[in-house]
Amino acid sequence: MQIDQLYQEIILDHYKHPHGRGLREPFLGEAHHVNPTCGDEVTIRVATDGASFSDISYDGMGCSISQASASVLHELLTGRATGEAFRVVDGFVELMGGRGQVTPDEDLLGDGVAFAGVARYPARVKCALLPWMAFKDAAARAGVDPAAPSSAPSPSAPSSSPSLSTAEAQEAPEVKA
Amino acid sequence: MTTIAIPQGMPQYDGVPRFDVEKVRADFPILGREVNGYPMVYLDSGNTSQKPRQVIDAMREHLERHNGNVARSVHQVGTEATEAYEGARAKVAQFISASTPHEVVFTKNATEAINVVAYAFSNAAPGSRFALKPGDEIVISEMEHHSNIVPWQLLCERTGAKLRWFSVTDAGRLDLAPLEELVNERTKLVSYALVSNVLGTINPVSAITARAHEVGAFVMLDASQAVPHMPVDVTGLGVDFIAFTGHKMCGPTGIGVLWGRHELLAEMPPVLGGGSMIETVSMERSTFAPPPARFEAGTPPITEAVGLGAAVDYLTSLDMRAVQWHEKELTAYALDALATVPGLRLFGPNTPVGRGGTLSFALDGVHPHDVGQILDSVGVEVRVGHHCARPICQRYGVPAMTRASFYLYTTVEEVDALVRGLEQVRKVFD
Ligand SMILES: Cc1ncc(COP(=O)(O)O)c(C=O)c1O
Repeated sequence: MQIDQLYQEIILDHYKHPHGRGLREPFLGEAHHVNPTCGDEVTIRVATDGASFSDISYDGMGCSISQASASVLHELLTGRATGEAFRVVDGFVELMGGRGQVTPDEDLLGDGVAFAGVARYPARVKCALLPWMAFKDAAARAGVDPAAPSSAPSPSAPSSSPSLSTAEAQEAPEVKA
Repeated sequence: MTTIAIPQGMPQYDGVPRFDVEKVRADFPILGREVNGYPMVYLDSGNTSQKPRQVIDAMREHLERHNGNVARSVHQVGTEATEAYEGARAKVAQFISASTPHEVVFTKNATEAINVVAYAFSNAAPGSRFALKPGDEIVISEMEHHSNIVPWQLLCERTGAKLRWFSVTDAGRLDLAPLEELVNERTKLVSYALVSNVLGTINPVSAITARAHEVGAFVMLDASQAVPHMPVDVTGLGVDFIAFTGHKMCGPTGIGVLWGRHELLAEMPPVLGGGSMIETVSMERSTFAPPPARFEAGTPPITEAVGLGAAVDYLTSLDMRAVQWHEKELTAYALDALATVPGLRLFGPNTPVGRGGTLSFALDGVHPHDVGQILDSVGVEVRVGHHCARPICQRYGVPAMTRASFYLYTTVEEVDALVRGLEQVRKVFD
């Protein structure tokens, strides 16, 4: 049954037992995003020294997809070097925009691969993306630049190269559902 | 003196006309389709209704045989198109017991119908009885669709008038206790839903209208969820304006109706300018056609009007009292059935009295989005979200709701499928 692809165990697990939920101090940037069509909400805070994200805390209200997505984001990005974190964001956004045609990179996306099935449900893509878009905003408000993430080296390469020094900020593709 | 023997049962309902729902269903081609491998159970008619073959055929026939522009052609097909368009207007007028077809203005939808009134009011010359100024008040309710909130918020912003509203009780009824205070000498307009698209509540009219007219205020009803489901008699209601939308009453999208009392429409300034709404035009100025043409600038949705006319014929052939009764029985059944679902909280009246077949609810611990998605996976189509009525969701402290809404083709078996689907939802999220 197709619905199982949407509601993977991993997603339900993150929904029922969210990781790192709750807004924490200190933080440098915060963003609150709302999905106006359904009322899902998420607030993301990032704590960063500019080189990595030492904490990503969040709170929200909404469906299993949006809330599990926030939990996965927290798990994947907390502690990461900023450039690397943005590569993960790009990978996730690409997966969500792929209408189910993109093969997810498990090394890059970890539990995020569970959302591959969501990409087949256009109405739910924006639920999955909600925390990720809020994260990008929060990071921008913390003064962290998503430095040319798509030209960055693969995740297995040393994470020293992409950094704040690169001036050209590159926007991740907008995905609309 | 004669004695009257009162028979057993509920004899007062013996005379209610009924129809065979399976026969009705056979008129709706889409009801035969499947969704995700299950027979489709369409419980989203409050959002948009399905269309019977009669409507689809009428629109196709119009396009194939009678297409021309209206009111501006001397040729044969133009004449036929004009007759079809005006014929649809006459059908709609009769359907809602308007005193003349000239009281029926075709719009794009209910939203536009409400906006026409809001903009006509703000276009009114200062001092006219439609003009608003700082200190004036407009009264709506907490259970309105955004289309009956935002146009008035905008009108208030344009004019400096103040927006006020009836609140809603825990049981899902308008709180009329402050009626006298809320509707007062400063009130210029009271606009509210005859039937709520979220709670299903049928709101009272006579007390509010009497008070409004006593203080010289106009009354507008958003009848979008009423006209499709029950007999509506605008003359009997005694209000000034009503709005409704074709696609919720077996008609196509792209056509809605503003009904207004003729003497009011005749005095109101136009909103959109253009072809068909004028009397005479010179380079300096124009004068305007009488209603309804005054409010129908440009080429109207002709085929859609023909479709709406066919929808009205269809509903009339079933008898709106039968439609209403069918939905009342279904609602009674569904209220009982949903009460058996553990963790389900119903928003709105929990008895089938003074309410229609629109049931919104929350399922403990499961977000409506997830409810809707899993129901869809077994073919049950419901609406989830804030239903374009965010304030009423806030009123009940929830960001969103799940809504099942019935229509003349809905069956008790479909209500059962909903209840089974909700079992499925609970299993996934247990
Ligand atoms: C009560 C109510 N008012 C207004 C509307 C708006 O209808 P439309 O979108 O066709 O203008 C709707 C339907 O969504 C409704 O349920």
